[in-house]
Amino acid sequence: MKKILPVVVSASLVCASAMASADTQVEQLKQQLDLLKQDYEKRIKALEEGLLAAQQATKTNEKKLIAVEEQAEEAELASDDTISVAKNAFNPEISLILDGRYANYQNNTDDYQLTGYSLGGESGLFSEGLSLGESELTLSANIDQLFYGRITLAFADEDGATEVGIEEAFAQTPALYDGLTLKMGRFFSDIGYLNNQHAHAWDFADAPLVYRALFGSQLGGDGLQLSYIAPTDLFMQVGTELFSGHQFPASGNHSGIGSWTAFAKLGDDINAQNSWQVGLSHWQANVDGRESSAIDDTKTTLFSGDSHINALDLVYKWTPSASTKSLKLQFEYFARDEDGDIALDDFTSPDVSTYKGWQKGWYAQGIYQLNSQWRTGLRYDHLSSHSNGSNSLVLIDAGLESNGYTPERYSAMLEWLPSEFSRIRLQYNNDQSSKDTDNQLFLQYTFSLGTHGAHSY
Amino acid sequence: MVLIAINISETIQMNINQYFLVFLLFISIMPAHATPINVFACEPEWAALSQELGGSLVSTFSATTAEQDPHHIQARPGLIAKIRRADILVCSGADLEIGWLPVLLQKSANPKVQAGQKGYFMTSKMVKLLDKPTILDRSMGDVHAAGNPHIQLDPRRMNIVAKKLSQRLQQIDPTHISEYQNKLAQFKVRWKKAIKKWQQATKEIQGKSIIVHHNSWVYLQQWLKLNKVAELEPKPGVPPSSSHLAHLLKQMQQTPADLIIYSTYQDPKAAHWLSKKTNITAVALPSTVSDNETLFHWMDRLIQLLKDPIK
Repeated sequence: MKKILPVVVSASLVCASAMASADTQVEQLKQQLDLLKQDYEKRIKALEEGLLAAQQATKTNEKKLIAVEEQAEEAELASDDTISVAKNAFNPEISLILDGRYANYQNNTDDYQLTGYSLGGESGLFSEGLSLGESELTLSANIDQLFYGRITLAFADEDGATEVGIEEAFAQTPALYDGLTLKMGRFFSDIGYLNNQHAHAWDFADAPLVYRALFGSQLGGDGLQLSYIAPTDLFMQVGTELFSGHQFPASGNHSGIGSWTAFAKLGDDINAQNSWQVGLSHWQANVDGRESSAIDDTKTTLFSGDSHINALDLVYKWTPSASTKSLKLQFEYFARDEDGDIALDDFTSPDVSTYKGWQKGWYAQGIYQLNSQWRTGLRYDHLSSHSNGSNSLVLIDAGLESNGYTPERYSAMLEWLPSEFSRIRLQYNNDQSSKDTDNQLFLQYTFSLGTHGAHSY
Repeated sequence: MVLIAINISETIQMNINQYFLVFLLFISIMPAHATPINVFACEPEWAALSQELGGSLVSTFSATTAEQDPHHIQARPGLIAKIRRADILVCSGADLEIGWLPVLLQKSANPKVQAGQKGYFMTSKMVKLLDKPTILDRSMGDVHAAGNPHIQLDPRRMNIVAKKLSQRLQQIDPTHISEYQNKLAQFKVRWKKAIKKWQQATKEIQGKSIIVHHNSWVYLQQWLKLNKVAELEPKPGVPPSSSHLAHLLKQMQQTPADLIIYSTYQDPKAAHWLSKKTNITAVALPSTVSDNETLFHWMDRLIQLLKDPIK
């Protein structure tokens, strides 16, 4: 046993020393490994950094490339803002309408009467045969940041003499303040639907009978208009106008105002293909000696008193997708009541009567566009009236007695539109304005020169 | 609100004029920050572009659809109501909307979108136009004096318009400049990528010859290097006549084209007639985005429709 112990001790000593030397070796190896590791890490880091730098370089290069590409593209395709402005850039836009027609009547145009109505203004029929219609010259431009101006001159031939008339001449603020618009000068009133459109934009050669009966043709005048459009999805416009009273059917003025109007319009799209507009309007005047026609051509009817007109208009349009077809339905109703005195030629003459009159008229029309070059349409006019006064003979002579007769008119038209700028129209009227029914035929051309005109609804 | 209350209580002491002024100021400032920018686009592609560039900061409305010819639109009351409330008008310009936009503008009573204002943005003003007529004469048909307005069909031009439109939106809505800038940057990256893709996809149809209904594809032709050999309309804006079509038929019998193109809003009759007689495929291409479609989807669809029949 004694021998074993030293052996064991020595063995364990040897073992321990051997283990110690192995430990240092491991330690050395470990250190080497660590060194290696560090070395690799350094290298990897360097590599990574290099890669990142390279990536960033390509990225900036790419960015540069994109920027250069963009610059080149802009140089090639972006507009040059310094394009020289044409010399006449400040000149107003010019548009000229040429209009002419051939008219054929069965009756004598001089004998034309509208039963129950005493006509004034430009209510006469077109002259028989070939004639030049109204040629219109329109100049318009923005005046400055606030105002827009437009003048429309009408050239017409009256019995061999050329007459120039100022149809419209007004300045307007397209945007006075948030929805408010102010218009001043001479202009067509915004009452009704057709009234503020120029004759060449109408769908028939002549005005509806009710327009002829009440306004001579169209209601306009010198004055002011203020209108407001509400900030709603539904189109809502209200407006009012003051007129001087020089134009038929007003006459005379009170502290400068001869007549005033109020109107409201509502409209919207049902969808992309169907849209509508409804208008309500009112016109009122305190009339002083208004002149109009009488049954006897040599005499003049005079009216003084209160005159009110209320009107309703409806428009519906159908414009189908992917098509040049379209449909337009239009209806207008006017009712006028007047209370005052009627005289023939002179209020001091014995031919005087008190007068109360109720006159109503409406028309309905439909226009169908078959394709981009052909349109056709039908129109029906209807008027009625009744009156009473102290001297019914005077009223009869003035043409204000209808005896229950209701004027009517049937119209049909066909249009050929070679382009957006020209129109040839054939129209037939069966006109029962009075008991002598008249058959009328018109062949009309309308050409538009100059600025491409925009069309209102 | 307290400030306003103080203002009002103070102004009661003032005369009525001043009170009214404060009131006007109050109502004019109020909605400007509360609601998104109202964009009135004349054509769907500009509504789609505004949407890309404005996201939820804008509320877009398009006056026309892909099924409507933007040259022939009624100045409807519904459109007046929309333009009345617009903060910016984004339209092609170059007389494309001349038959109706001037009426809308005049009736809108909206000072913000009148010509020359910040809210009046005509995309055709931002890029070089093709087809500038050397002679202005209506015997040439309905020519556009400023040049061809159908620029949306060149994605490179669209890219330029995007940049300028974003800048304009930033001017109108300066409180969100950085958001508009971000959206523009994102759009440009995606659009560039898409352009590369479309160009790659159309390599094989380069130089192919096409017949168009109306001369409204010039920018697409230039971009994809297509070769227009004829138009179905005898003059721009004049519908195809039988004599002109007979003439085209003769021309096609001698040197046939590869494809007949018409827009989805145009009458397909003439294109189909010629196609039947010549066995050249006629295809209706979308000139603009359809409902709820992005610019990307639209161009994808257009390229596909154009490419398939030629291959």
